[in-house]
Amino acid sequence: MPSQSTLQPPTAAGGFAHKHLLGVEDLSREEILLLLDTADEFKAGIVSRPGERLDTLRGRTVANLFFENSTRTRTSFEIAARRLGADVVNFDAGTSSVAKGETLVDTAETLEALGAEFIVMRHASSGACEFLLREVRGSLINAGDGAHEHPTQALLDSLTIREALGRIDGVRVAIVGDALHSRVARSVMWALTKVGAEVTLCGPPTLVPESFSTFGVRVTHDFDDAVRGAEVVYLLRIQHERMDGAYLPSLGEYRMLYGMDSERLAKIGSEVLIMHPGPVNRGVEVTRDVMHSPQSRILGQVTNGVAVRMAVLALLEQARSSGAEVA
Amino acid sequence: MTQALAQTAAPIETSKGAILVTGGHLLDPVARVDGKADLLIENGRVSRIGEGLDPGRADQVIDASGLMVFPGFLDLHAYLREPGATGSENIETGTRAAAAGGYTTVCAMPSTSPVCDSPVVVRYMIDRAERSGCVEVLPIAAVTRGQEGKQLADMAALREAGAPAVGDALHAVSDAQVLRRALQYARELGLPIFVHPEDPDLSSDGLMQDGEIALKLGLRGIPRSAEASIVARDAALALETGARLHFAHISNKDSVEILRFYKALGAPITAGVTPHHLVLTDEAVAGSIGRRFDTSAKVKPPLGDESDREALIGAVEDGTIDCISTDHAPHFPASKDTTFDVAPFGAIGFESAFPALYTAMVDSGRWTLERLVHAMTEAPNRVLRRPQRSLEEGAEASLTLFEVGRLSTFGENRLRSRSRNCPWLGSEVSATCCATLWRGTPAFASPAFFPNGVFRARS
Repeated sequence: MPSQSTLQPPTAAGGFAHKHLLGVEDLSREEILLLLDTADEFKAGIVSRPGERLDTLRGRTVANLFFENSTRTRTSFEIAARRLGADVVNFDAGTSSVAKGETLVDTAETLEALGAEFIVMRHASSGACEFLLREVRGSLINAGDGAHEHPTQALLDSLTIREALGRIDGVRVAIVGDALHSRVARSVMWALTKVGAEVTLCGPPTLVPESFSTFGVRVTHDFDDAVRGAEVVYLLRIQHERMDGAYLPSLGEYRMLYGMDSERLAKIGSEVLIMHPGPVNRGVEVTRDVMHSPQSRILGQVTNGVAVRMAVLALLEQARSSGAEVA
Repeated sequence: MTQALAQTAAPIETSKGAILVTGGHLLDPVARVDGKADLLIENGRVSRIGEGLDPGRADQVIDASGLMVFPGFLDLHAYLREPGATGSENIETGTRAAAAGGYTTVCAMPSTSPVCDSPVVVRYMIDRAERSGCVEVLPIAAVTRGQEGKQLADMAALREAGAPAVGDALHAVSDAQVLRRALQYARELGLPIFVHPEDPDLSSDGLMQDGEIALKLGLRGIPRSAEASIVARDAALALETGARLHFAHISNKDSVEILRFYKALGAPITAGVTPHHLVLTDEAVAGSIGRRFDTSAKVKPPLGDESDREALIGAVEDGTIDCISTDHAPHFPASKDTTFDVAPFGAIGFESAFPALYTAMVDSGRWTLERLVHAMTEAPNRVLRRPQRSLEEGAEASLTLFEVGRLSTFGENRLRSRSRNCPWLGSEVSATCCATLWRGTPAFASPAFFPNGVFRARS
């Protein structure tokens, strides 16, 4: 599509050959960097021309299909799609916990009738996107599936790290918390290790089994060991219901072993970045003062979220129009 | 579905008088037969085996030239869904599927509705098999009423009605004392107890075997101990009581070691393993992009990793595992057409068992054909202490014809089950079932090999 805008995605060698974004596991280092570079360009536009509407996706329909509530992610996708000139349809997919497989097939039929070129989906079941892609013709963007992947969150976190430190390659990152139940942890581990970061994963043995080393990360259960020398500490949300499955004795004990407070922060060093995908259990994973400290990148990543999602939509559109059939 | 019904509606030929099976390569480890010979069937029994038998003596001829002839297979572990859940299978379709895989006897597990825990249901299933089935059905009755693990079922009456064994099929008997008394009681009756070794607290809401692939996919894991702990407990009970106990399916390396340990102590235990645990690993769930989260690979016990698969193969080789059982578990097609967490556990296995195993184990050079045939004929018969229907004069003529060594795609046209949840659909296999005879009567004839029925000479 011809464009008057300077904000078309760059066409790096190899380009972006995916029709869908199911997970970071499927992306190469070059593709991740291309997504981040593209997001950088879009971000410059967002900052300098906030009300601008591009025509990259003019005439295209983006369907937001959220089976789990997430106002933040859905809104971010919506803004990104509108800035690119797309029409946006928000599906009320129901918030009940029984909205499972059968509903998904029914919804797929509706989406086909609508002819949406892009489907952004969040679903409680791992693999829900892969299931849906067998049912629909549009491009699927995974906005979180069960405990499997949440690729756009990982891309936005990667962008945030690169902005703050100027690089990702060789950066020492400690990820702390409930990795077992976390799709964000999985996507972040794929993204960072593929681009060359040195990642250490840390948490109680019930939530951080040793087999996580298959992601190319070092696994430890000792907080001090994990954060020693770290440039980024990425804290994961701990769910209150983990006590029921006997994963944890108490949130108090979790905070004692793995919580980030100003005392621990001071020991690690003043330059370390503190990140968290949100929403934060204040006083459990991280204390309020650390959250609001200058090192914290917990709040205020909204712009990066929109920029990354614009990059994803734009590159998928480019791949679609060039006839890429790779999933 | 219409295609499936059309297939199962294919006419079954009736046999008349003497049948001559000519030109096949007979293989039967029990009868010590391994070579080309003709086989004459009269009154449902093998009357003569020899070279160049006179076709003039036969009323009907089956041309088996270029094909292998094996004794009919016996499956110790299958779900036929009748009575109660006939949307996914019934005794008619289940036995047709069995015949299409070379099976002439199948054991039907008691997870029916009502549960097969009374002589009435055992008789019902046997009657249904005689009326609508095309191979033999042996109902395994529940060992506790309603499979609830509390009160013992009437084992003597169940044996009288025709159950060759008893056992609850959904999970382990949770109260070990109940199982211990069941074993004491069953020993006197000479009935083996079949066990599904699974601790539901450990398997919990797990979806596949715990490990790297479960972590990558974000699917909840089932640890090996969910099976191994029950194998240890139940083997100890069998050793103590002296009663025969059969583990329906062993799926991982830890269970194999425990089995080996208790067998060495003299515990009267036997065990089966499924074709999918011998051929596939948890990689089948990971698949490739667009095929990840493959619900046809969602089975219980879950598929292990390569070290488990290797341990299971070794266990069959050294006799720690006795036989191969399909765990044929039909599910209505739509029920598997959903996300991985919601889909039911289980795969159908009759039609694909031998082709999959031949391709992976025999064609690869790992096993002799004789070993595979033994594990599907003589070995399961021994678990039930039943005489095998062998390829020898005077024996019941239950046998199956296979073409081996030629690659072809395992497509839906090979299925006779009412369900389609077969993990081998679309795979290349190097064995094809051509025909199956049960007591001298054709139970299956492949349209590809015998387009006009089994009783006409092939071109």
